[in-house]
Amino acid sequence: MSPVYIARTKEVAARSIGNEMMIMSARDSTLFSLNETATAIWQAADGVTPLAEIVERSVCANFEVDPATALRDAEELVEGLSRHGILKVSNLPIEETP
Amino acid sequence: MSALIQEMSDKAQRLDIPLGVQLDLTYRCDERCVHCYLDHDDRGEMTTAEIKDLLEQMADAGVFFLTLSGGEIMMRSDFFEIVEHARRLSFCVRLKTNAVMIRQPEADRIQALALDSVQISVYSHRAEVHDAITRLPGSLKRTIEAVRLLVERGVKVIFANVLMRDNFADYPGVQALAAEVGAEYTIDPTITPKIDGDRSILGLNIDRVELQQIFRDPSLLGADPEEFCALPGGPPAPQDAQKMLPCSASHTFCYVSPYGDVCPCVQFPLLVGNVRTTRFLDIWKHSPQMKEVRSITLSDLPVCSSCAHGGGSCSRCPGLAYMEGNMHGPSSQDCEKSYVRTGVITAGMIIHREERSIAGMVQIRNSTERPQSSQVLVLYLERPITHQWAAAWS
Repeated sequence: MSPVYIARTKEVAARSIGNEMMIMSARDSTLFSLNETATAIWQAADGVTPLAEIVERSVCANFEVDPATALRDAEELVEGLSRHGILKVSNLPIEETP
Repeated sequence: MSALIQEMSDKAQRLDIPLGVQLDLTYRCDERCVHCYLDHDDRGEMTTAEIKDLLEQMADAGVFFLTLSGGEIMMRSDFFEIVEHARRLSFCVRLKTNAVMIRQPEADRIQALALDSVQISVYSHRAEVHDAITRLPGSLKRTIEAVRLLVERGVKVIFANVLMRDNFADYPGVQALAAEVGAEYTIDPTITPKIDGDRSILGLNIDRVELQQIFRDPSLLGADPEEFCALPGGPPAPQDAQKMLPCSASHTFCYVSPYGDVCPCVQFPLLVGNVRTTRFLDIWKHSPQMKEVRSITLSDLPVCSSCAHGGGSCSRCPGLAYMEGNMHGPSSQDCEKSYVRTGVITAGMIIHREERSIAGMVQIRNSTERPQSSQVLVLYLERPITHQWAAAWS
């Protein structure tokens, strides 16, 4: 199975409110609140680190969670956020656009 | 307000985070609107570097919703440099503009900024009315051309239709124009005093009959007019009043002027600090004036806490009350709205009437004395407007 790469898009507004991340999609003005785990994934979405590695480093290392469950949840999260233009997803590393 | 925004707002309040800020970049303007509350002279605006530094401070403080307004924001030659910096800092940015200076290159740059929205002032669908208000010939044509450029690019545009005597009849036309160009539509039926306290422009406000029409127009309310205009539920219970806050000003929101002055809100010109001398977060957390405003609950408002409208049909603006001389007092403009909306006179109107009636007797009255709520509901009910629920009470 080929790795999945994720990158934060520039079409969002985001701010930490306590231990949550508030994110607004400029594409459709949808507002999201990410919990601590989802925030860790979003913040690590640099376009070059595979999702599985992000989950291992940012989620499994810091939260009591089974790795397979964590990856499955992360894939669902990524799918949802990408639908609203909050994350870019690719099977290749994502170059940062200027 | 969506449930999630309400939840985040509650959380921000608990954590003492200023979730939203309106930053006026300039008071200069290319229009001279008859109802404008500002002095348009430049009295020493913050520099580009000062504003960028302020934006960084605000981002660190947790500000998420950033409204950039003026004056006309595009009068600043560094406007795009400022907005681009704000977006790099991940603010959710809304612009307020007359759009007169937006042409294709500006529309392209705005599109690239991925903003939340651009709110544009439109007073009428007829040039002779709009331009007479802005006192800038050709302004409606240029504004609507800009709106089309933005909408074509997928930018969310919101018409802000301030209503006054001279353009009241045109609001359906502005609504239709908004629908035609693909913009959202909002109205504001309140002309506020000038920022220096001058109340001379209040005469431009629409009258009661017109306000009543607004409150009963389902296309504006987005709700059932009968429900919206239903009789007030009476004063809140004292234990509830202790928890009810007047509005978000100083709780999760504040205002910064082009000169760095910080106030609870643009409509609440109580100076609480200046970012040129004090860091933004220090003002937010430690300004005695900010703390005082923040400490006020409905139970601290001697007149409003016993008003029949206190439980929900009142939209009292503490800033307007402040501009009338007492931030703990009622706002006569909001009392008027509550009255027109429901047909039930407010405690503030009763107090005002009693103060006027005793003035000739040279009596001194304790202005903090509370009227009895039963009086508010029964003895002072009036019916100057046609309203079946009010009629049922008489």
